[in-house]
Amino acid sequence: MSSVGQPTAGPAKTGSAGAAAVRRAVIVGGNRIPFARSGGAYAKSSNQDMLTAALDGLIARFGLQDERLGEVAAGAVLKHSRDFNLTREAVLGSALSAETPAYDLQQACATGLETVVGLANKIKLGQIESAIAAGVDSASDAPVVVSEGLRAVILDLNRARTIPQRLQILSRLRPKDLAPLAPGTAEPRTGLSMGEHQALTTAQWKISRAAQDELAFNSHRNLAAAYDAGFFDDLVTPYRGLARDGNLRADTSLEKLGTLKPVFGKGLGADATMTAGNSTPLTDGAATVLLASDEWADAHDLPKLAAVVDAEAAAVDFVHGKDGLLMAPVFAVPRLLARQGLTLDDIDFFEIHEAFAATVLSTLAAWEDEEFCRTRLGLPGALGSIDRSRLNVHGSSLAAGHPFAATGGRIVASLAKMLHQKGSTEGRPARGLVSVCAAGGQGVVAILESL
Amino acid sequence: MTDKYTQLVNQGLGRNLAKKLGLPQPAFLRRYQPGQPLITGPVLVQGSTPGADSLASELLTWDLDVRRHAVPRERLGAIILVLDDVVTPEDLAGPVLVVAASLRDLGPGGRVITVSRPASDTADPAAAAARQGVDGFLRSLAKELRRGATGNGVLLAPDVAPTSPSALAAVRFFLSGRSAFVDGQFITVTGTGGDPQDTPDRPLAGRTAVVTGAARGIGAEIARTLHRDGATLVLVDVPAAGDRLAAVANEVRGTALQLDITTPGAGQLIIDHAVQRHGSLDVVIHNAGITRDKLLANMDEAKWNSVININIAAQLRINEALLASEHFRTAPRIVSLASTSGIAGNRGQTNYAASKGGVMGMVRATAPLIAAYGGTINAVAPGFIETDMTARIPVALRELGRRANSLQQGGQPIDVAEAIAFLASGAAGGINGQVLRVCGQNLVGA
Repeated sequence: MSSVGQPTAGPAKTGSAGAAAVRRAVIVGGNRIPFARSGGAYAKSSNQDMLTAALDGLIARFGLQDERLGEVAAGAVLKHSRDFNLTREAVLGSALSAETPAYDLQQACATGLETVVGLANKIKLGQIESAIAAGVDSASDAPVVVSEGLRAVILDLNRARTIPQRLQILSRLRPKDLAPLAPGTAEPRTGLSMGEHQALTTAQWKISRAAQDELAFNSHRNLAAAYDAGFFDDLVTPYRGLARDGNLRADTSLEKLGTLKPVFGKGLGADATMTAGNSTPLTDGAATVLLASDEWADAHDLPKLAAVVDAEAAAVDFVHGKDGLLMAPVFAVPRLLARQGLTLDDIDFFEIHEAFAATVLSTLAAWEDEEFCRTRLGLPGALGSIDRSRLNVHGSSLAAGHPFAATGGRIVASLAKMLHQKGSTEGRPARGLVSVCAAGGQGVVAILESL
Repeated sequence: MTDKYTQLVNQGLGRNLAKKLGLPQPAFLRRYQPGQPLITGPVLVQGSTPGADSLASELLTWDLDVRRHAVPRERLGAIILVLDDVVTPEDLAGPVLVVAASLRDLGPGGRVITVSRPASDTADPAAAAARQGVDGFLRSLAKELRRGATGNGVLLAPDVAPTSPSALAAVRFFLSGRSAFVDGQFITVTGTGGDPQDTPDRPLAGRTAVVTGAARGIGAEIARTLHRDGATLVLVDVPAAGDRLAAVANEVRGTALQLDITTPGAGQLIIDHAVQRHGSLDVVIHNAGITRDKLLANMDEAKWNSVININIAAQLRINEALLASEHFRTAPRIVSLASTSGIAGNRGQTNYAASKGGVMGMVRATAPLIAAYGGTINAVAPGFIETDMTARIPVALRELGRRANSLQQGGQPIDVAEAIAFLASGAAGGINGQVLRVCGQNLVGA
């Protein structure tokens, strides 16, 4: 199903069996700015500022000045209404050619990964040769919204024609209408915050406090080690005085994490396990990934780190409590593996986004649960367990932070580099699995392969 | 970015006041602008040797208004004094006194250039005296020149004619605004090499150049200058300076390589990046450097070692990788940043001066090694340059540093960058193992 007039040169086929003659989409590299804790180094930076900075770092790394790329896609979860064309505006402010088209995308925390998937598909189909997938979020510069009462009054005033009409409309205002609404992360249909939702799932899967703290500890330790080893030297460009992620605590310990008081699952009393230490903080940041066809990367003398093999999205009915809010990847991964004819054992690196330590652990527990996998996933038995030494080996969101839409780009660029460094293994390319859960009970997962 | 004092004494009231009080009157220096003539006004070529004749006819092909005899009271752009065959000190009198008669006609931003041979290359005492005499003469004359005019010399090794490619390149550099802050200096042309086909406006076209420490200050200006001269750039700086590095890279359309040059294997990483992205590596500018000033009595191990490691040890390691690389074989160029501190010494900078002295030693010893591949290595030693670093010097000390040279002002980063771009050019291929000072003829040191 190649598009009309598209040459079929190059190593066109992906590994997937039975796929039509689509070509390969490769990851050239990435760039992000260090992630800052909300209210920290980027408190005065807008989404557009940060996205532009991340783009400019990528452009500098790969010499893309004045280049007309196929397309740039990015998004933000917390977005001002004035940023209706956020990505295009960032492109115009960057060193790219002003003739590079762009679009905004929004799929909650999966935004960043979904931009990678969508643009990779366009490259595979031959619609574009090159692309930047990106995401940005600012919890510091979040939009503040006026109340519904005030909004209705303002809109009615606009429509009123006479002074008596206007006075009559104004008289409807009540003091409470004047209070602005701060942005919340509560699910509209349940009123529960993400953390409270996860707390229910955590209790359901009986995830211990110790296991969560250990995962958080490893995240910090692994991220710090990766920075020390220079792993991020060609993945991160400093911004506003920050050269490393502001949330990273290289010196944290299990003891310190153990002293923190639970902040979610308060209804559980003494059984509450989720703390500020094993949950991701609100974060500001932006991340980008450079995607290309083989031909374009070769013509521009650019490296090729990994290929985007395949992706799958899933959603769960968390509203009626059938599954946990952040459990959609549990469903997406087995479907993706089945389509690719792979098992968990065929994956060399797992990048499971640490929304909360318990999210990762609940996901793993579900895959190890024979009953759940048979009844809910339709598998003959448990999907299996994964080798923990392959999980988030250079740290993840608990240490780096989680600027919602930027997380996908952070993971994809880092994973692509890890895969490239590993090269082939057992006579096959190294494979990596990315899993990102998202608000609304959604999840997007993808498989990358080393080049 | 001219300093306020220079601005003040170049306009109405300030000019008169400075004149009456006998205060220093630094001039606005003539700096290179692409597309502008090499120099305005006639160029007087003085000297009666065959070398003088051939040089004069060569300069005619540059579209210069070349004169072999001065017309009194006609404003001159430059005076070139060819003394390539002086045998006794008495031989100097004739040409020197002719110059003396024309000196008042030299215009603002004018140039005096001597072309002679090094005293070290002759065993004859009288000839050595005559040749060394040129050195003392030129350096003193440079101190007498006014209104932004400078005096510099070209020294020709045996068998190197005044019209050899690099001798001409050196003359062109000294005539040009590119050498605005080079004063009282000699460039030795060591060989007959050098690409005579170099295009003067874009001498680095088609060349891939690496600049370390390129995120700010002099390094960023080197990047801009090499870009202007046509080079494709790889810009290196430590990861922590990555945002400024990216901004410079995007400005000059190069690629940014976040890399600590002291990490093992840095040389190979630089080579790999340049070759993969740009297909070749031709020019390396060792600009990255730090200062950690302390009196020696207060010096600790960390301050000493970090300066030595970054300023010289890392360069040695990178050069080793470069010289071993098959990709660094096409008329390769290395230019390293030394400092007048490394020549004359500077209180509180024992570590820095040791490292910069080290750079000059390295350059001399590496010259024959790189010559084997048709390449050159040279150093540029800046004096007082107006940068963020010198802006932090206490005001009195800063004023002293600024004025203590023949041009009575600090140099600009561009002045250093121009000297580096010149040594990196194809035409400068006959200049190897040299140190060129960009210091306005600093009163301190040689």
